[in-house]
Amino acid sequence: MALLDVVDLVVEFPTRRGVLRALDGVSLAIEPGEVLGVVGESGAGKSLTGAAIIGLLEPPGRVAGGQILLNGERIDTKTQEQMRPLRGKQIGAIFQDPLTTLNPLYSIGRQLVETMQTHMKLSDRDARARAIKWLEEVGIPAAAQRIDAYPHQFSGGMRQRVVIALALCAEPKLVIADEPTTALDVSIQAQIITLLKRITREHGTSVMLITHDMGVIAETADRVAVMYAGRVAEIGPVAEVVKHPAHPYTEGLMGSIPSLTHRVDRLRQIDGSMPRLTAIPTGCAFNPRCDKVFDRCRRHRPGLVPSGKTQAACWLYATEAANG
Amino acid sequence: MLGRFLDSDVFYSFRRNPLAVGSAIILVCVLIGSVFSPWLAPTNPFDLASLNVMDSFNPPAFMPDGARANLLGTDEQGRDVLSSIMYGTRVSLFVGVLAVAFAITLGVTVGLVAGYLGGFVESMLMRITDVQLSFPSILIALLVDGIARAVLPRELHNSLELYVLIFAIGISGWPQFARTVRGSTMVERNKEYVMAARVIGIGSARIMFSHILPNVLGPVLVIATLSLGQAILAEATLSFLGVGLPPTEPSLGTLIRIGQNFLLSGEWWVTIFPGIALALMVLAINLLGDWLRDALNPRLR
Amino acid sequence: MFAFIVSRLLQAIPVLLVVGFISFGMFAFVGDPILFMLGQDFTVEQKEALIRQLGLDQPFLVQYGHYLWAALHGNFGMSYRLARPVSTLLLERLPATAELALSAAAFAMIVGMPLGVYTGIKRDALSSRLILMFSLVGVSLPPFLIGILMILIFAVLLGWLPSFGRGEVVNLGIWTTGFLTWSGIKALVLPAISLGLFPLTLNMRLVRAEMLEVLRSDYIKFAKARGISQRAIYFGHALKNTLVPVITIVGLQIGGLIAFAIVTESVFQWPGMGLLLVQSIGTADIPVMSAYLQLIAVLFVVINLLVDLLYYAVDPRLRIGRGGGH
Repeated sequence: MALLDVVDLVVEFPTRRGVLRALDGVSLAIEPGEVLGVVGESGAGKSLTGAAIIGLLEPPGRVAGGQILLNGERIDTKTQEQMRPLRGKQIGAIFQDPLTTLNPLYSIGRQLVETMQTHMKLSDRDARARAIKWLEEVGIPAAAQRIDAYPHQFSGGMRQRVVIALALCAEPKLVIADEPTTALDVSIQAQIITLLKRITREHGTSVMLITHDMGVIAETADRVAVMYAGRVAEIGPVAEVVKHPAHPYTEGLMGSIPSLTHRVDRLRQIDGSMPRLTAIPTGCAFNPRCDKVFDRCRRHRPGLVPSGKTQAACWLYATEAANG
Repeated sequence: MLGRFLDSDVFYSFRRNPLAVGSAIILVCVLIGSVFSPWLAPTNPFDLASLNVMDSFNPPAFMPDGARANLLGTDEQGRDVLSSIMYGTRVSLFVGVLAVAFAITLGVTVGLVAGYLGGFVESMLMRITDVQLSFPSILIALLVDGIARAVLPRELHNSLELYVLIFAIGISGWPQFARTVRGSTMVERNKEYVMAARVIGIGSARIMFSHILPNVLGPVLVIATLSLGQAILAEATLSFLGVGLPPTEPSLGTLIRIGQNFLLSGEWWVTIFPGIALALMVLAINLLGDWLRDALNPRLR
Repeated sequence: MFAFIVSRLLQAIPVLLVVGFISFGMFAFVGDPILFMLGQDFTVEQKEALIRQLGLDQPFLVQYGHYLWAALHGNFGMSYRLARPVSTLLLERLPATAELALSAAAFAMIVGMPLGVYTGIKRDALSSRLILMFSLVGVSLPPFLIGILMILIFAVLLGWLPSFGRGEVVNLGIWTTGFLTWSGIKALVLPAISLGLFPLTLNMRLVRAEMLEVLRSDYIKFAKARGISQRAIYFGHALKNTLVPVITIVGLQIGGLIAFAIVTESVFQWPGMGLLLVQSIGTADIPVMSAYLQLIAVLFVVINLLVDLLYYAVDPRLRIGRGGGH
């Protein structure tokens, strides 16, 4: 059984001009110990998917359809108070900007101890010892001395290490990492990704790694989900999606990545831009930009269908099903 | 022009905000009732001939032994309280509006000059602004009034008290305008239209007052509205303290002060009704100012 | 730390000099002190002797220096109206005003902050909206009117509390206090509440605005994502972060309260410095006015310093420099 199963998730925002559908039938699953990459342009719904899973959609956003199952148990119907024991303990989260995710007025030790004591029966002394151990594990030098330091006394990269320790210290089964390196210096990004990869493997934690950086995914993830306009366009093993993309959007996305191993004369780019939520076309959301578009794409919306080792939401691969 | 206004976002948010609409209606009523008080008021409270001491301390009309002619009762000299309130509101509004106008003129000028010229002039002007801002405005107004009292001969002072008050309250209110306008001016100063005006040789004064000024008026309007409420309160407070307008020319604050003497003996209406009038007017102005601030702030839309 | 205090005090000196200058200007040029001190009948010799004695024949800056020197020694001249030293007059009245202002500030904080937290957390609840509406009414009601209303209700109609004065006070050497007698405390209730209502609404609105701001922040979202309890989030993480800006306002409020006490003291005939000032303004008693101005300036400087020190206690970003954490 999958650790996390998201089925046909719909997220809506009621606004003055009507209801906006920000996620429209997102399905994905994460196995124990697996790293699932989620890529897409900004606004594709990656972060929203993460927020919906952990139950922290910004109001007035709400889950309007579908299911989210953790270990086979529905969690999308739980109240905030019912979700609270799961957060940190079952599902951890890492946010984008380490400069703003740490409370500036609490020492990092206090934030760690607080998190662990919320979820586990630990004496103050044990919690503190564990906090030091966690800081060492995420690579904070002289952890025992620095545990009482405040966030502003650390650099951005070090703070993101603290954030990782905070997200993992109650030993969650799954951690949702939302753009964990975007706000960092390029030189630090690789270190943080390596740390995240190593530490989650050691603890057997599954990861949902949200990023717009295909390079990070290629290096880190086992499988990848490509999102477009609030839907999953393609999902499959990373190597397969990178080398043999099925969906024309994925193909375009892979074509736009500069490669060191292959000589490419020109980087390809996809014409146009992702539609706004108020103006998603009928049929396949990608159809106005697709160079393989045909009549059916404009009228009906494709579901995920197998294509080789991946699944793609594209009518190109649905001929048999359509005939039947 | 009117069509464009009725169609604008600001008017849309006005219509959708019942508090703002209610406040506007109250304000219009207050304005009409006070500005035209000589024609609208039931009696003229200053016409000594019409006063009859027999009529003193009539309770309001709705109380058991109230006189029908005096809706809100009469005071110790038999003056109709409603008429006094209408005349008094007129005085309060007059002082408030002129004091704010004075504060705007002074504050906007200082802000423009400081923001546009920068350098030593700016740091001097802003230093003064900061020092004054660190003192409560009511204290400044009180002291200015006190100094005027000491400088002017007594007879002259009594006849000028209205303008002394306007000056004192205006002086106590200008720094907030200066500070806001300076901030906006510093932003506008670097915009292209100012550069262009400078390149074609337009003088500093003209750039400040005819090019930059219209572009920084938005926040000034908001502060002006909220300041009007404060200025009316300041006048009422000074008059209540007995250092404002004399009983011969009573504002709402004066009426409340005089009426307070009868509170303990049970003639509450002499002081409570002017108080309600004052509170209602200031509340309406504040609500309108709050709404205006939100409506003109694009971040909150 | 020490350097910080010293630099703050140095910054305050120009302000104090300016205020001193204005006070001196009032003292030296407004009204005619000679006339006030000698009355109507005096000889030319008497007048000249007094001018020399007061140093009025000396250059302006020398006079200013003398004035400041005297002020530093607590000598602010004689009250025209009461013919007593101004410093004695003010010192006699200081305890009454200080006790009133502190009680009002405590009331505004103890009631205002929890209300702000509540309306911030329960942002859309009906109770929050009602509280907010009442607070807007409170802001629009002039303080003296609130005082009058409270006298009407609690003193005239219900007869629970006295409507004027300070009650019985206990003399503690240089300080007189109303805190130690039952009648003193009863007399304090109405003035303190009527003076404290305005800052109460301010505190509440400020705490609420800050609370809303902080609750939107990433670290609160992260705390929620770690499963921290609501109680710990609201009253630990969030409240502590709202305190930083609130401290400034509350600190500055105490200064404002001393000034606004002028009005409250007039309503309740509270024998403090404010009542003295109003009476002095009414009679153009310049020495009292200029001394009051200087005293207020010094108080403000002290309060600002205390506020800065409190910052130190709350915000570690100020307490410790940026350590080498790379």
